[in-house]
Amino acid sequence: MLLYLIKRVVLAIAIVVVAVTLLFLMIRALPGDPAAVLLGPRATPEMKAQLHEQMGLDKPFVVQLAAFFGGLLNGDLGFDVFSRRPVADIVFEQLPYTIELILVSILWAVSVAVPLGCYSAMRRNSVIDQVVGVVAVATMAIPSFVVAVYALLIFAVMLGWLPAIGAGNGLWDRLIHLILPSLAIGISWVGYVSRLVRASMLEILGETHIRMARSFGISEWRIVARYALPLAILPTVTILGVGIAWLLSSAVFIEVVFARPGIGALIVNAVNTRNYPIVMGTVLVTTFLIVAATTISDLINGALDPRTREKL
Amino acid sequence: MASLEAIHTEANAGQGHGSFRTVLRQLRKNRLGTLGVVLVLFIAVSAIFAPLIITHDPTRIMVGPRLADPSLNFLLGTDQLGRDTFSRVIMGGRIPLLVAFVSLGSSLAVGLVLGLLAGFGPRWLDNLLLLIFDTIRSFPGIIFALAVIALLGPSLTSVILVIAITSMPIYARVVRTQTEALRSSEYIAAERSMGAGTNRILAVHVLPNVIGPLLILVSMDVPAVIAVEAGLSFLGMGVRPPTPDWGAILNDGYSYIHESVWLVIAGGIPITLATLGFTFLGEALRDIFDPKLRKDL
Amino acid sequence: MRRDDLTQHTSARPLLEIRDLNLDFGTPRGCIHALRNVSLDVPAAQVIGIVGESGSGKSTLAYTVMGLLPENADVTAGSILFEGKDLLKMPAQARRSLRGDRLSMIFQDPMTALNPVRTIEGQMIDIQHHEQGTRGEKRARAIDMLRRVGISDPRNRIGAYPHHFSGGMRQRICIAMALLVKPVLLIADEPTTALDATLEVQIIHLLKDLQREIGCSVLFVSHHLGAVAELCDRVAVMYAGEVVEQGAVRDIFHNPGHPYTRALLECDPGRIRKSTRTLPTIPGEVPSLLGSKKGCIFHTRCPQAFNRCLQENPVEYRIGVDQVARCHLHDEERLVSA
Repeated sequence: MLLYLIKRVVLAIAIVVVAVTLLFLMIRALPGDPAAVLLGPRATPEMKAQLHEQMGLDKPFVVQLAAFFGGLLNGDLGFDVFSRRPVADIVFEQLPYTIELILVSILWAVSVAVPLGCYSAMRRNSVIDQVVGVVAVATMAIPSFVVAVYALLIFAVMLGWLPAIGAGNGLWDRLIHLILPSLAIGISWVGYVSRLVRASMLEILGETHIRMARSFGISEWRIVARYALPLAILPTVTILGVGIAWLLSSAVFIEVVFARPGIGALIVNAVNTRNYPIVMGTVLVTTFLIVAATTISDLINGALDPRTREKL
Repeated sequence: MASLEAIHTEANAGQGHGSFRTVLRQLRKNRLGTLGVVLVLFIAVSAIFAPLIITHDPTRIMVGPRLADPSLNFLLGTDQLGRDTFSRVIMGGRIPLLVAFVSLGSSLAVGLVLGLLAGFGPRWLDNLLLLIFDTIRSFPGIIFALAVIALLGPSLTSVILVIAITSMPIYARVVRTQTEALRSSEYIAAERSMGAGTNRILAVHVLPNVIGPLLILVSMDVPAVIAVEAGLSFLGMGVRPPTPDWGAILNDGYSYIHESVWLVIAGGIPITLATLGFTFLGEALRDIFDPKLRKDL
Repeated sequence: MRRDDLTQHTSARPLLEIRDLNLDFGTPRGCIHALRNVSLDVPAAQVIGIVGESGSGKSTLAYTVMGLLPENADVTAGSILFEGKDLLKMPAQARRSLRGDRLSMIFQDPMTALNPVRTIEGQMIDIQHHEQGTRGEKRARAIDMLRRVGISDPRNRIGAYPHHFSGGMRQRICIAMALLVKPVLLIADEPTTALDATLEVQIIHLLKDLQREIGCSVLFVSHHLGAVAELCDRVAVMYAGEVVEQGAVRDIFHNPGHPYTRALLECDPGRIRKSTRTLPTIPGEVPSLLGSKKGCIFHTRCPQAFNRCLQENPVEYRIGVDQVARCHLHDEERLVSA
């Protein structure tokens, strides 16, 4: 267990380090100058030089990189020259909104998709299975921001049932404000996860131990729920870990469409105002989130299967 | 049950790769695949012949009233600047297709080369490239794209560059896995012993084996690319106005959602049809050519 | 054979009567006739062996009786009477309630037969769903049965997962599970094929002892003639989906009536007396089961085939008190003797 854990964590750290280095290299390699971008076209060379010094851009690349890593270790993501606040403060202020949105979306999606996938596998090629299949592929294909705009148009603008924008205050109000955004993010996951569960369920249901359980007359529902699902769910756990990147991407659009606070709204704003430290900070935090989620889902996956649980 | 399994594998072995005509026949049997072909053809034709189809200059302001409802003159109404929405939608299809073609094409080329390098090169290079692939794959999609755009400024080139970078690792990994498997196979060893050089082995044995799965993967990535392109335009980070683009039209519609629903519909429907069409086509192609190819590699 | 004759007299009909069973598998390349006119009886408290090469349909027959066929299987004709009722005409629910109660099964590969994510305890308690009693009672019964099949320290080991046990131990657990539900008919589908030779002997002896103790019937599917000779009262020889010969074990082994049975016996390494450097084989291979066949199914490989074998599928000819074979040679013999 410990060895595997260490290996995973080392790999995760390596990925974060390479990611930071790549991002740094990219800033260097790409033609844009963050300081020039920040100051706009009418900046004088003196202003640029001053900002360069302030941002540490005048030092050699390796020194900058080392300084950045040093800062990272102290939880320092840099300084936002606009608001005169640490980038870390700003990013972590917005992060909970995004995480809340992602968690609610994925929770409802998985709790609908898993039973749906099981049912589709049990009644393979039935009318319901085929309809679910087509709808699933369709929902996976349609981009979340299109769904979001349509949902906004129908339920908020035309019907007026649900609030259109904002995150709400107080528990109940916040939940109401989460309905449309989480619907827009979750719907494609219902399709994806239900197909995934169906596919792995069909594979598991063909295995000998399932035939053995059937040979004892155990009911099909019990076989699916107790004998097959614990195995069939494993690919989904992996996908959810990897899928956090996809979820974060959707969240960017959804936060813009529904004018919600969060990481996505923050970075779109930062790009529009050319606030490079905020952009960089957001990319770093989200990259870290994704690596962490992938690692955690891998570990959960190992822990769910008794065969790997002990070897871990 | 060994006999049953034998029967199943025997039956599966019968299906396999076929000629272009058998592919067409199988595609026709696959109803969603047929729908996909129809949608893709419809969109491609309307994009290619867009200048012949449009009824007004898509960028000319005030050819009609602002935010007009559809009429015979303005088939899909007009936008907030009085431009003809129908003409903008038709012309707007060119950008996503162009972006998909250029970005996936260059991504495929780079992925192929890096994958071959990783598979055939020394161990340390393999490990380094794998780490880089894994790193790029853990970049947060749109957020990473926005970061690049923040630096380069919003433009079509930025969008293409970002998509090419982020879609490359999957192709490279597929090539690497196939190359790795081939490298250790006996018949490559035999080829080598007969004096075949690495280039010859790559060209004759590796390329034909990897190109099929790669093209299926690419075809399945097209809807995602269309979605990203439209999404970035929707955020105002893609093509610059007044160039017509579906994402930009949807954004215009979103801004005036309380005044007119037509702009939202006109921007959203083409994106939906395009992503659906390419998805159905990609899934059908995968089912026909390689049922075992996993979507998440 | 005395004992079996007695049981046959006490119960009027055999426990399981398979009559003219025909089964097809639908595949994209056409219909595979996996079972053709199979008739077989399993009398109460007897052990019936089914032998044949792989692909002969013996496992398919076992799965048909259990009702565990894949979706593309289709029984086209025949009946399977179990305790007088036709299994094939029963509603699915009624068939299911027989499984794990009157019927149970042991599978070929113990490494894949047990659920990897549930403990032995959970699985052994689950299978007793037809029985009365609390969880604790069911657990106690499971522990008792594990002890009887030779699992040491069952009280502690019952909480373990399948991967904690070796292949031989897992097959013992499978046997314990199959017998825990006190079936009247146990179907064993090549239970020793995946095990090595020393384990095989142990498992055969274990099965024999427990069968005597519990008094159930066993349908023992195997391609190992030695195991069949050791364990079974009667044996049916299958080839390409047909039962080509059946009868009492002693008769079949000492006086095989069908050329295929003879060839099979000659190929059994355990029975080769002469020292030889090459193992004998039956020339040719099992014919494709696609489409309909004319004549005797074995004629392509039969050294004694003559004209009639190519034209006409032989019926079952009686060649002894309790032995039948599907071979035209016996019709000729009878004609000659008459």
